[in-house]
Amino acid sequence: MEINKNKYSIIVPTYNERLNIALLVYLVFKHLRDVDFEIIVVDDGSPDGTQEVVKQLQQVYGEDRILLRARPRKLGLGTAYVHGLKHASGNFVVIMDADLSHHPKYLPSFIRKQLETGASIVTGTRYVKGGGVHGWNLMRKLTSRGANVLAQTLLWPGVSDLTGSFRLYRKSVLEDVISSCVSKGYVFQMEMIVRASRKRYHIEEVPITFVDRVYGSSKLGGSEIVEYLKGLAYLLVTT
Amino acid sequence: MKHIVKLLILLVAVSAFWIGLLETVVPRSYAWLLPVYFIVSLGCYGLLMVGVGLMHFPTCPQEAVLLQKDIAEAKEFLKQRGVDVDCD
Repeated sequence: MEINKNKYSIIVPTYNERLNIALLVYLVFKHLRDVDFEIIVVDDGSPDGTQEVVKQLQQVYGEDRILLRARPRKLGLGTAYVHGLKHASGNFVVIMDADLSHHPKYLPSFIRKQLETGASIVTGTRYVKGGGVHGWNLMRKLTSRGANVLAQTLLWPGVSDLTGSFRLYRKSVLEDVISSCVSKGYVFQMEMIVRASRKRYHIEEVPITFVDRVYGSSKLGGSEIVEYLKGLAYLLVTT
Repeated sequence: MKHIVKLLILLVAVSAFWIGLLETVVPRSYAWLLPVYFIVSLGCYGLLMVGVGLMHFPTCPQEAVLLQKDIAEAKEFLKQRGVDVDCD
């Protein structure tokens, strides 16, 4: 079997995730044996001591494997990725959430899919067989499904899960796509994958399961629907 | 070509076809209503897709159990190595 000579930079934006980040790091190391990777934690000045925990993790796993690249305050998800990218030394970049809704056990399947197909982007999808969600009530499922149907009808994106943010990118591709995205929040995730699709990058999907966060508080607020519709309209016209 | 341009071209093509129908074959009254029928069908199709998707929404309750196991294992390991994993 060919040895995988790629290096994977895993960018994890955090805000008040002191427990989740420790659990996440443990699970990443557990599931990515024999893979060259680094974890880049972009913390936006968490008041709960997230950065202290990351420093403890550095003592356990090594400062070359866990990079802490903090910022002074909440500056948004998109810029967190850009910031992390600046410090990424891998030729592939993984983006994932810190709250364990994205389980590191899927990382090998992302890597394997990319090696098999040579894809530029591998995105996790919750909506196909083999994937799934847990902890969502009917209302959430309804809005998710409705949002998805609307987006598919309007945008023809070529992927089944537009708002998912568990993805593997070839580093050069991520740099290219991210430079042309201007949205905020999760619309940003949609914009990334739609722009990548328009630029005809090879995109593959792997099923993932998404268990709603166990610890901490969700950063999602109330006016999502309006933001989503605005985001869709923007993407419809500009991509 | 931007996506919106593609959609507009499609819209223009369909409109041209509809206007063609108006002029020729189909009785006028029916032809005028075609756009309405089309939009209503589109709406129904959308609702159907949402409903079907909702019925077949993949769920994974066993994953929550597995996650709890993983969390316990992680806490055990990290505690022994001096990482602060007390609940917040």
